[in-house]
Amino acid sequence: MAKYMLIMRATDESLAKMMETPFEEMLETVGRFNEELIRAGVLVAAEGLDDPAQGVVVDFSGETPVVTDGPYGETKELFGGFYMIDVASKEEAVEWARRLPASAGAKCEIRRVPTIDEFPQDNEWIIKERAWRERTGQL
Amino acid sequence: MARADRPALMPAAVGGPPSTESVGRAVEAVWRIESARIVGALARYTGDFELAEDVAQEAVAQALVTWSRDGVPANPVGWLLTTARRRAIDGFRRRSTLDERYALLAGQLAEGEASSGSAPPRDRSDDLLWDPDRVDDDALALMFVACHPVLSPEARVALTLRVVGGLTSEEIARAVLVPVSTVQARITRAKKTIGAAGVPFALPPAEERRGRLGGVLSVLYVIFTEGSTATTGDSLLRPDLAYEAIRLARMLAALLPAEPEVHGLLALFELTAARFPARTGPDGEAVLLADQDRHRWDRSAIRRGLAAIGRAAALGRGLGPYGLQAAIAACHASAPSVPQTDWERIALLYEALGRVAPSPVVELNRAVAVAMVNGPQQALAIVDELVATDRLTGSYLLPSVRGELLGQLGRTTQARSELELAARLCRNVRERAVLLRKAAALA
Repeated sequence: MAKYMLIMRATDESLAKMMETPFEEMLETVGRFNEELIRAGVLVAAEGLDDPAQGVVVDFSGETPVVTDGPYGETKELFGGFYMIDVASKEEAVEWARRLPASAGAKCEIRRVPTIDEFPQDNEWIIKERAWRERTGQL
Repeated sequence: MARADRPALMPAAVGGPPSTESVGRAVEAVWRIESARIVGALARYTGDFELAEDVAQEAVAQALVTWSRDGVPANPVGWLLTTARRRAIDGFRRRSTLDERYALLAGQLAEGEASSGSAPPRDRSDDLLWDPDRVDDDALALMFVACHPVLSPEARVALTLRVVGGLTSEEIARAVLVPVSTVQARITRAKKTIGAAGVPFALPPAEERRGRLGGVLSVLYVIFTEGSTATTGDSLLRPDLAYEAIRLARMLAALLPAEPEVHGLLALFELTAARFPARTGPDGEAVLLADQDRHRWDRSAIRRGLAAIGRAAALGRGLGPYGLQAAIAACHASAPSVPQTDWERIALLYEALGRVAPSPVVELNRAVAVAMVNGPQQALAIVDELVATDRLTGSYLLPSVRGELLGQLGRTTQARSELELAARLCRNVRERAVLLRKAAALA
């Protein structure tokens, strides 16, 4: 088993579509999909992000970081939220991603999440991280 | 630095033809998620479980060929369903020359179909089979059929892993440590038995429901136990198999949320699996509960397990045998160390378990808890009673506990011979090593 993150990316087109959809309807579509993941026993975590306009960007291109209020660049392919699932293969992650109730124009990036076991176990920071993960149940 | 996984992502991104391996994995992925619903829907439509499983497998085989050539279809599940249904209709048509009934069925199945066999499957045709109000019942009926009492225990395990869990024969063979041909033979035979016994594809009638559910739960329990305490072989755990049992139990809990024992079983699995990371040492040797590094226990699994016990208890019908075992596992999971464990509660829970599901193993476990609460002498009396009544003969567990208690009482010679006897009876290489180490330590 391996953890995969389904990274949801919105575009202007998909955001506009989403705004047109009645809220109740959206809750139901997303809820049904989440329910499927839960029933299949693969859902680990999921979060959606708040309005990008309320976000803050810290830019490291210069000598010192520059902080700007507002959305990250243009609203094309903005990171809008994620699902973390525990599945048998990358293909299974892809198969779940295909079923996402995403609006036209949206994209989903699928990335494997390495486990702490893949890092050097004798490194003091890894030892500390492992202890934190054990304490908080995030192994 | 280039990451190893990058190049593999490229061909799909540029739209090249998928490789045979990647198509194989894509088919496997769909099958793993949907096998229960696909076979369930087909079995309901054809009224023939054997045929449903056969045509579903044929569709999977066909997918490997077609998807490699044309790419993975936009609706893989629909494709599999449509292809399998076509095969079923063809089968009925062939048989209809012999039997009128098949002709009628073939006609019903083909209803709504514009053309026959040769046309490529359409994406929307799965709507005919895929009735959202029935998929749950179909999946549940499938579990009941796969775990039907007319089947041998091995056949129930193989069939459940295959049709409900969506595992390939190769995966099942690896999981239960038998040759692939044996798995295939078991499944073929099981399907024929179901046909011969006239087992209907339906939920069991109300009066049989409770008993049949017990049968399903015990199949899942066997799968989990084989994964968590491998009886044979040189590794102690087969976590993938145990994980499969957990996945099936979650599916069942979603289908039957009002059955306390389903939640109890799921809780037992989660709480037992929570200890897996600590159960083996660096060289794969067994680490006993007392010596386990409890920081390595999986806290998320413990939380899920405790939540599942909560759901079982909230149904207000009391805990059954699985729920009680889960409650015992919860005592261990919540304790910071062996001495700080609530052994009194564990002894009581074993007593309750012994009443609802009497067994010498439960009695032996109660003895261990009693030893922790009241000392080895009182526990030895329980164990000696088991010896006197000649129960648990041939099990390594009895001499292993007896040896332990005798050792605590300072009767080292007797203790050593009991532990050595236990080692001789134990079939797991890793556990045997632990017993021999204990015996040697008494010298």
